[in-house]
Amino acid sequence: MSLQIQHLLGLEGVSREDINLILDTADSFYGVLQRDIKVVPTLRGKTVVNLFYENSTRTRISFELAEKRLSASPLNFSVSTSSVNKGESLRDTIQNIEAMKIDMVVVRHPCAGVPYFLTQCTNAVIVNAGDGLHEHPTQALLDMMTIRQKLGRLEGLKVAIIGDIFHSRVARSNAWGMKTMGMNVTLCGPPTLLPQHTDSLGVPVTDDIDEALDGADVVMLLRVQLERQSSAVFPSVHEYRERYGFDLEMLSRMKKEVVIMHPGPINRGVELASNVADSDNSVILDQVTNGVAVRMAALYLLGGGSEAT
Amino acid sequence: MDAHALDLALTRISHQILERHGDLGDTCIVGMQSRGVFLAQRIAAKITAMVGLASPLLTGILDTTLYRDDYRSRLRQPEVRVTDIPFDISEKSVVLVDDVLFTGRTVRAALDALMDHGRPREIQLAVLIDRGHRELPIRADYVGRKITTSPTQEVSLKVSELDGEDSLWLMELEGEGDGQ
Repeated sequence: MSLQIQHLLGLEGVSREDINLILDTADSFYGVLQRDIKVVPTLRGKTVVNLFYENSTRTRISFELAEKRLSASPLNFSVSTSSVNKGESLRDTIQNIEAMKIDMVVVRHPCAGVPYFLTQCTNAVIVNAGDGLHEHPTQALLDMMTIRQKLGRLEGLKVAIIGDIFHSRVARSNAWGMKTMGMNVTLCGPPTLLPQHTDSLGVPVTDDIDEALDGADVVMLLRVQLERQSSAVFPSVHEYRERYGFDLEMLSRMKKEVVIMHPGPINRGVELASNVADSDNSVILDQVTNGVAVRMAALYLLGGGSEAT
Repeated sequence: MDAHALDLALTRISHQILERHGDLGDTCIVGMQSRGVFLAQRIAAKITAMVGLASPLLTGILDTTLYRDDYRSRLRQPEVRVTDIPFDISEKSVVLVDDVLFTGRTVRAALDALMDHGRPREIQLAVLIDRGHRELPIRADYVGRKITTSPTQEVSLKVSELDGEDSLWLMELEGEGDGQ
């Protein structure tokens, strides 16, 4: 068994077999994370560069922890401390880093397509940690891992993803990945926060939250990016909460075992009521735990055999 | 080696473990993925029945994939399988069970993997077949049968739980014929 993909750029076009292999491997790494000694020696001698051109705390420390728990050597590169500020191009940056003999690159960048671009100018294995409005594949994988852990399967489950769909690479990766796994995904948000060309995602899109929630096994709330309020995509936080915020009363109308998810960070009381975020149905902290396991699985499966590259 | 001979070998190993472990209070049997798991379960069941233990002997499953020494040289990653040791091995006497002892590299990986689960009082090794050609200073405490092989041959065990029958096969890797 091994992956068909050589890099993890997104979940669009990734096969069901590959997703299953990553999720099964992640379950094994979850076991490692439950031990007293949470480190395995597997990636000893491998250097992984975390190339972050965008602020991120959770994703970056999750990757860094995954690398450390695999005994790889992480190297953190953030834009504020780098020569990017001196005008160096992306291609030059990556080729300079590669000249220092590194094996893998985890990249986050505000422009869609940067991870793909990097595969064209380096031999290192590339893992996408979020590119522009495109994809965030490890987030979608950890979401699927968490759902499978809680509900025992993926196939046939109904998922409502609610919020700022337009700006969400999490929604896009989940739409593609979950569709491949035979799940029924509905994307929902205010009309101003829905993408225009939704056909390519291949899943239903609606601005009617009741329609999206009807019969859902999983409800995933996305962060309202409050900084976007100035661009007048929604009138006020209050109005957003009234129409698209998920609260205890709505939870009471859902299936008893419904799974409530959020990729974080949460605006408590805006897209998700505080008491729902802390309820027994919420798996938000499981998502964070599983994130490390899923990233370990992806790095392990993509990283071996240096002679191959 | 047929099913009967295999069963006799496991019975003998079970007796030997019993002889060396006294009251079995701290003893646990850990099988290595994949065939070793079933051999471990059979040995544990035999010992439990021999002594008439009130509760069955503790058994665990160990996968050594993440501790292998050939990760960098392989093009394909071996599948990570289940590790399930549902008890604390610290201060226990662990009997590690594998089907075939060859180079010793898998056992080296298993020792490292076990140590990351706790600090056992001692670790012993039981193997059904010792086929020689060790590359590391490792030996077994309990051996079902020693056989002479050439390094190019492959020794392969079938167990009824996985393969539908109990048998041992010695094969030429070139595929020039095989014999039971």
